[in-house]
Amino acid sequence: MSAWHEGWAEQLALLPDYGRAHLRLSLLALACGAGVAIPLGVAVSRRARLEPWVLSLAGVVQTIPSLALLALMVPLLSALGLQGIGFLPAWVALTLYSILPMLSNTVTGLAGVDPAVVEAARGVGMTGRQSLLRVELPLALPVVVAGVRTAAVWVVGTATLATPVGATSLGNFIFAGLQTRNTRAVIVGSVAAAALALVLDALVRRIESGLRLRRARRWGSAVAALGLLAAVAFVGAGGPERGGAGAAAPDAPVVIGAKAFTEQYVLAALLAETIEEQTGAPTRRVDSLGSTVAFDALRSGAIDVYVDYSGTIWATILGGRGRPPSRAELLEQVRQGLSERHGIAVAAALGFENTYALAMTGGRAQALGIRTISDLVRHSRTLSMGADYEFFSRAEWKALQPRYGLAFREQRSMDPALMYPALVEGAVDVISAFSTDGRIAAYGLRLLEDDAGVIPPYDAIVLVGARLQRERPDVVRALAALDGRIDEAQMQRMNAAVDEQGRAPAAVAHDFLAGAASTAPAVAGPGGT
Amino acid sequence: MIEVRDLTRRFGDTLAVDAVSFDVDRGEVLVLVGASGCGKTTTLKMLNRLVEPSAGCVRIDGCDTRELDAAVLRRRIGYGFQQVGLFPHWDVAENVAITPKLLGWSRARIDARVDALLEMVRLPPAEFRSRDPATLSGGQRQRVGLARALAAEPALLLLDEPFGALDPITRDHLQRELLDVRDRLDLCVVFSTHDMSEALLVGDRIAVLDAGRLVRVAPPRDLLADPGDARVERLLETPRRQMERIEALSR
Repeated sequence: MSAWHEGWAEQLALLPDYGRAHLRLSLLALACGAGVAIPLGVAVSRRARLEPWVLSLAGVVQTIPSLALLALMVPLLSALGLQGIGFLPAWVALTLYSILPMLSNTVTGLAGVDPAVVEAARGVGMTGRQSLLRVELPLALPVVVAGVRTAAVWVVGTATLATPVGATSLGNFIFAGLQTRNTRAVIVGSVAAAALALVLDALVRRIESGLRLRRARRWGSAVAALGLLAAVAFVGAGGPERGGAGAAAPDAPVVIGAKAFTEQYVLAALLAETIEEQTGAPTRRVDSLGSTVAFDALRSGAIDVYVDYSGTIWATILGGRGRPPSRAELLEQVRQGLSERHGIAVAAALGFENTYALAMTGGRAQALGIRTISDLVRHSRTLSMGADYEFFSRAEWKALQPRYGLAFREQRSMDPALMYPALVEGAVDVISAFSTDGRIAAYGLRLLEDDAGVIPPYDAIVLVGARLQRERPDVVRALAALDGRIDEAQMQRMNAAVDEQGRAPAAVAHDFLAGAASTAPAVAGPGGT
Repeated sequence: MIEVRDLTRRFGDTLAVDAVSFDVDRGEVLVLVGASGCGKTTTLKMLNRLVEPSAGCVRIDGCDTRELDAAVLRRRIGYGFQQVGLFPHWDVAENVAITPKLLGWSRARIDARVDALLEMVRLPPAEFRSRDPATLSGGQRQRVGLARALAAEPALLLLDEPFGALDPITRDHLQRELLDVRDRLDLCVVFSTHDMSEALLVGDRIAVLDAGRLVRVAPPRDLLADPGDARVERLLETPRRQMERIEALSR
């Protein structure tokens, strides 16, 4: 059995779950969007004065970038006391997103019906309703359906962005694949999403042409196929997935969250295996959450446990400012602050730090004589800096930048997975890096010393939500046993095993727990810290 | 059959129809004649409430049309549109059958009625029943429109320049057919045209409209004998001149 085959088989095995979840989300959003948009379009077309208002409102929703719209649903729904993580925000956002094309096409289609024909419909004695159903809508149908097809393609594509708000979709392949540099996962996710969009588009088109040409078999078969798709998506699914908030039963699965990078996938797998082995409690994973979404999800009970970093919590959640305290002191502050203000417990500090650091290639740092961030300042005006999406708006950067007086020729945000190649290829000179990233050693990068001590310590800590503390003390105990178990070198090796060797995070975590990781040969190349 | 009293319609500041009154009996054809924009079409549309009057009233068989549901009223009144307005997604037979269908006629009765009407307007059913409106010539469409207006056996028929797009032979045929149907069914017909010759040939009485006002209502013979008004006189000039020339040629 070749590794090549295994790699594909591993991804394809996830397809039924991710595909069905994606289909559920898309079909439900489209159906509800059509249910709102088409009647609204009809109503608007009867009241000429409303038309510009409604169309511009829908247009405004459309101009919000889809990822932002999805992310905005999280605090919005939470503020309304609804579940802000998981299926609900994704479904609401996609429904809103699908409305405009169907609404504007319904209005345009109805406006395009020959007024002489509409008058004739009244003249032969049709009521307004009969005229609408028998004459105007059938004549507007091709235009309305074109809107439905546009919406279908948009929704299926945009649903891949539902992953960061905690809804499973084909985006799980893409987000995890990009982060762990698993091209197969990205390909499977993208091809499946594209195929789904094409199939939906073709079915809707077939229904329209069947209705227009009045071929019952044609539209009937397409409706049947659509019904079959819906059946595949919904039957046996137990309804739309729910986050932990709705799962109050003591034997409900422990929901483990993960942010969208390799270390998080490995640690989530490690937590899952630990919990299942030690307590027998079933677990469920919610992967690729946005950075602050993960904390909100824990607080709201949508997830039960995830790994975060002490400095991040200190700066972004507890509002820590100025020069950070020592590593132990900061951990203590976080422990207290989370418990008092949010009812969240720190079950364990895993033992390693994954700190934000500025990194350069070894060669370039050597050539310019840069060892510390203070050294960097002298050259920064001629250099270009690349960072992950959040870095430039994070508290760490806002502390670093004025403290050292950093001013780069250019600042670029990019996907973390692409930062390292960009640095090595010379597209950027400095990047924001994570100290446990296996690629630091693999690419022979130099981490610049924070000589002014601005960046806080980043202990990896296991955070546990209120429900788990209350209902499963055994799980909390099992997690507490992980305290101090992983050092920085081990974490770097595990990350490298995924990023560089293309191994599955779950397999890497399993090997570590089985004690294999500590004896496995270092793959990180020279200079692993 | 139909009594029209002080019928008025304003569109914004303009008075499209200004206090028009007339009666039409069963078995009678009244032709509304006048130049484009004189208010013929608006007057016709107010008779079946496609346009609601600003003032005045219409009574059909003594019953005020405002007291009836507009859709129910229109099913009892045949209407032929100037632009025909055939339903492009239905074939010829379905277009003709619509009002009977709305009235809940049986399938067999509708089929028989459609065939009879298509025969009458000279569109052989075998060939035309399932034709698409898009495949018909302008004249053929007007004939389907006329058949549709007559489909539910209305006692009152309103026709808005129904024969405009027809060749003279078909036009002549349909004009005579219309009078024949009128006689057989004792129909009351209100017919609009800008063509005075047609008005003289078809009308039992002619109502001359100018700028929304009714100038004169009289039988063709009376109108020819005594126009009584310069505007009527002007409208009569063309048919008179044509007649004289034809007479001169045939001498």
